[in-house]
Amino acid sequence: MADGRAQIRRRAGPRLWLSALWLGLLALAALLAPWIAPKDPLAQDLFLGRLPPFWAAGAEPGYWLGTDSLGRDVLSRLIHGARLALTVALVAGSITCLIGATLGLLAGYLRGWVDIVISRAIDIWMAFPPVLFSILLIAVLGPGLSSIIIAIVVIDWTRFARVVRAEAMAQGAMDYVASAQVAGRSRLSTMVTEILPNVLPTIVVLLTLEMGIAVIVEAILSFVNLSISTDDPTWGGMIAEGRTSIHQAWWVLIFPLIALFLTVLSFSQLGEGLKDRYDPVLR
Amino acid sequence: MSFLTVTNLSARLKGTGFPILRRVSLSVAAGQVHGLVGESGAGKSMIGKAVLGILPSSVEITEGRIELDGVDLLSLPLKERRRRIGATAALIPQDPLTALNPSRRIAPQVTDRLVDILGWARARANARALELLHEVQIPDPERVLRSYPHELSGGMRQRILIASAFAAEPKLIVADEPTTALDVTVQKQILKLIAEMQARHGTALLFVTHDLGVVSKVCQSLSVLYGGMVVEDTPVRDFFRAPAHAYSRALLAATPKYTDPMASLVPVPEAVIAGVQAELAAFDRGARHG
Repeated sequence: MADGRAQIRRRAGPRLWLSALWLGLLALAALLAPWIAPKDPLAQDLFLGRLPPFWAAGAEPGYWLGTDSLGRDVLSRLIHGARLALTVALVAGSITCLIGATLGLLAGYLRGWVDIVISRAIDIWMAFPPVLFSILLIAVLGPGLSSIIIAIVVIDWTRFARVVRAEAMAQGAMDYVASAQVAGRSRLSTMVTEILPNVLPTIVVLLTLEMGIAVIVEAILSFVNLSISTDDPTWGGMIAEGRTSIHQAWWVLIFPLIALFLTVLSFSQLGEGLKDRYDPVLR
Repeated sequence: MSFLTVTNLSARLKGTGFPILRRVSLSVAAGQVHGLVGESGAGKSMIGKAVLGILPSSVEITEGRIELDGVDLLSLPLKERRRRIGATAALIPQDPLTALNPSRRIAPQVTDRLVDILGWARARANARALELLHEVQIPDPERVLRSYPHELSGGMRQRILIASAFAAEPKLIVADEPTTALDVTVQKQILKLIAEMQARHGTALLFVTHDLGVVSKVCQSLSVLYGGMVVEDTPVRDFFRAPAHAYSRALLAATPKYTDPMASLVPVPEAVIAGVQAELAAFDRGARHG
């Protein structure tokens, strides 16, 4: 009937725009880092050590967010650090999502022995303490970008698999899946056209959450000096260094923390915002 | 000539072996409507699901035959069985709110069968979908075809499900309590629509319901089920005149009368339940020894 249901349109809302704005800026900064960073992030100048940010007394022009104890520019290091943070977020997040969601979908829809194998693997996997597991992995693989990504994928695929499996199971019980089967459709085609689109909103939310988590994991690994080589600026490395001089130069610690916080928050809000906007079940 | 013949069909829960169906036999003639009645859990829906090959994975068929158009489905390999069922049978599901995929538009959901099974081109299938939506009296069908399910009311969605069930001109449709989830005024319209469509297309209909009033209006014959066992299988006329089985009589007596809305509801007497349960027990003993 021509009722109001079709007329409902939901606004994207400020949280979608704000988070997209921050992540967009960050992506721009990461892409253009060599050109927009005001200083060389690695250049040391002991005479310019621990300069405060631009609004405080004793600030030097050109060093907007101050310098650390070795005289390196905090803003430039933040911008260059965004490169690693975003690379890890996108690459590790996507691979984790792909592997975890595929396994979850297969387990939840096909059930039977496929489900038994995958579910037991998830149970066993989740019994490992994740932080120790990742440190162990990096220790074995050696530090480096690919090791961080592998560690995140290996540890976090269960997060996707578990949730997607449960969702796929719920979808599998729906009458439209039965109808598709009565219509003689193959299992694979039913999974792709009937189940996947309805699980997709959940996958998107998980993916954005996972990207935030990947940024945190990278920061933790940098913090314990297990990320990439210590020369390259990373947010986690900056936090670790800033911690030692918190009383003399708080800005060395605070700015990377804020960047980290905003990034993780933006990723999760982006996911929720997208779900609100595009999930047909919620509309 | 019956189009669907179920012979001695038994099914049980995997693991515990709890019987779901006990040697069920019934037949539906081409173009006829056969009702399946019984209380919740009597196995009415399970028969429909067994015929369409969509039993839950926890249920297994232990014996019997399901002949669709003269071919024993259970003897066919899975793929061939799916293909045959898809080509000759369709389902009108119980709950229109969960029976349409919320993330797909209406048009492909109505035309899926035409494209997949009959191999029609999209354009031809879409034209047919428009025709079908006209036939089930949906106003503004062009717009509805472009809509998502959440934009339509429950009654509308049930009309769409009916249209898509009839789309590929199946010889048999299983209607699994198609009006239970709708409110009373809509129920009546939908029931009338199903009856009209059935008569016009000459489709055989297996009509699962717990409403004897519906059976009296729509069906030519019916099976009464209790505990997965057929206690009575009879033409509708005879059933309402003189039900043969004590349980059938009690079930008929328990139907609320619209003529006296203040009358209290009549339960099926304990003695009748005890009687029919004794029959089940006797059946199970016989099955074990035989």
